[in-house]
Amino acid sequence: MSIIAVSQLVKRYGDLAAVDGISFEVAPGELFGFLGPNGAGKTTTIHLLCTLLTPTSGRASLAGYDCVREPHRVREAIGLLFQDTTLDHDLTAWENLVFHAALYNLDRATARDRIARMLDLVGLADRQRDLVRKFSGGMKRRLEIARGLLHYPKVLFLDEPTIGLDPQSRHHLWGFLHTLRKQREMTLFMTTHYMEEAEQCDRIAVIDHGRIIALGTPGELKRLVKGEMIYLTTADNARAVPAIREVFGLDAREEGGRLYLEVDEGEAFIPLLIRRLPVAVLSVSLHKPTLNEVFLHLTGRAIRAEEADALDVAREAVRARRRRDV
Amino acid sequence: MRHLRAIHVVFLRDFKKFLRERSRLLGALARPVVWLLLLGVGLSQIVQSGDGVPYEQYLFPGVLGMTILFAAFMSSISIIWDREFGFLKEILVAPVARWAIVFGKALSGTAIATVQALLLMLLVPFLGLPFRPLGVLGAAGAAALTALCLSALGICLASRLRTLESFNVLVNFVLMPMFFLSGAMYPVSRLPEPLGIVAHLNPMTYGIDAMKHCLLDLPPGSALGQDFPLGWDLLFLAGFALGALAFATWSFERSGRD
Ligand SMILES: Nc1ncnc2c1ncn2[C@@H]1O[C@H](COP(=O)(O)OP(=O)(O)OP(=O)(O)O)[C@@H](O)[C@H]1O
Ligand SMILES: [Mg+2]
Repeated sequence: MSIIAVSQLVKRYGDLAAVDGISFEVAPGELFGFLGPNGAGKTTTIHLLCTLLTPTSGRASLAGYDCVREPHRVREAIGLLFQDTTLDHDLTAWENLVFHAALYNLDRATARDRIARMLDLVGLADRQRDLVRKFSGGMKRRLEIARGLLHYPKVLFLDEPTIGLDPQSRHHLWGFLHTLRKQREMTLFMTTHYMEEAEQCDRIAVIDHGRIIALGTPGELKRLVKGEMIYLTTADNARAVPAIREVFGLDAREEGGRLYLEVDEGEAFIPLLIRRLPVAVLSVSLHKPTLNEVFLHLTGRAIRAEEADALDVAREAVRARRRRDV
Repeated sequence: MRHLRAIHVVFLRDFKKFLRERSRLLGALARPVVWLLLLGVGLSQIVQSGDGVPYEQYLFPGVLGMTILFAAFMSSISIIWDREFGFLKEILVAPVARWAIVFGKALSGTAIATVQALLLMLLVPFLGLPFRPLGVLGAAGAAALTALCLSALGICLASRLRTLESFNVLVNFVLMPMFFLSGAMYPVSRLPEPLGIVAHLNPMTYGIDAMKHCLLDLPPGSALGQDFPLGWDLLFLAGFALGALAFATWSFERSGRD
């Protein structure tokens, strides 16, 4: 029995299909990842599953309950870490958790117990009486995770859980999630555009323009890329592409000012490439296939973590400005 | 039981924040005091009822109404803030009936507005009004009922408005007319036809009228006196509150899923 079952799910906004007929299933206890660039439809999918949005068509069920017809049941089964913070900044960390416990009708003694334990777990016990307003981004993220887990959900949704975290906090958070998964049977559904994070998933769905373009274990996905990926910059890309085709019979494609091509034996190929290409080669690098190469292979575009970071910064700035205006 | 708990916690969140923000409370109380001082005292030179009662006394229930109006709406409008800053999602994905959330919100708006009205009633002796415990108690009850109507109305609006920008529009086109067409400053019976109809549908009219009954000591037939019998005021308010709550629940429910 799968704990999440999605079939031909569609969400349209006017002409735009944010989610365009996706189908997949997630097994209980699985760590399932959604990998895709900005605007791919990751958040929309989560919102459909967690009953915040009604699908235009298609079906989704969670823990055996239909997301449209039995939203109350679905809500009881899930916990969420939204992409953007959903904490009340004018309450303390502890108050945020108490509010959550009451909404999920935990009895008071249990709630007190769990809140203390969760705060310990995320390392915020000594800050529990502080207003969330005074927390750093990483602390807020950790508090939100503690909150999402407080009612012991069957499925925990994590929408870009490590967004805006420094590498150290990111590492810390992952350690924490893995411990948690070992302790209790819980399904994790996460979205990300960080490759290292996607690598940790049991299975990954690669999503682009609202469609799932590949689904499998990280190993299976990497096998989609035949050999190894060579990236190069040349003095004249426009001339280099036909030259590579002529000389080596390989299709090089251009992406963001760089050329890339798939070869079987990269290390042996590079000297040949430099010697026989009539265009000056400025730089070359060789990559064993990672999910980044998989995405490039499937779509001809890269998911760049740097871009994502820049976007996060912009988003955060916009939000901060809005908050000030209020 | 679990619904009661949800109502309670939604209520408590707002009320706690209200108690915490002393400066906002001071600001909220300063406005009516300034109105009373500047407008009441100023206009009392011009507006004479002919029965020797100073205008600032007439104005007092109206100013109470204004305080309730702003407090109740501000509280309900916090739903828009919650939507904008994400917290509403935390509430909407919880296994809690929508009506319980609406009731919690309406009750917090009611409590916050009533507390403010009660604080203002400390001014009663200073305005030369008779201090009658039963009168103040009755006025507090009328204030609470009015606040419930306005909080529920605020939730209806907040469910429709998507952005904070629309808030100014709201103040200009809803709050201001509601205040001026409420008998706060002049009796609604003197208003010309179309405005008079609006005033007769406005719950503030009846709330302020009820508070006039409770607080003022007017000679019978006074030109600036009450427009309706007290029983009718209370009946209208209670009916309006029920209707508005039902409509608020419906609006909120509808806005929750799209
Ligand atoms: N309320 C809305 N109205 C109109 N379009 C929307 C709405 N919400 C999302 N979209 C569009 O749907 C598409 C998918 O958005 P979604 O937020 O699901 O992307 P995402 O994969 O989560 O991206 P990101 O990595 O930036 O978070 C985008 O093109 C977005 O502009
Ligand atoms: Mg997203």
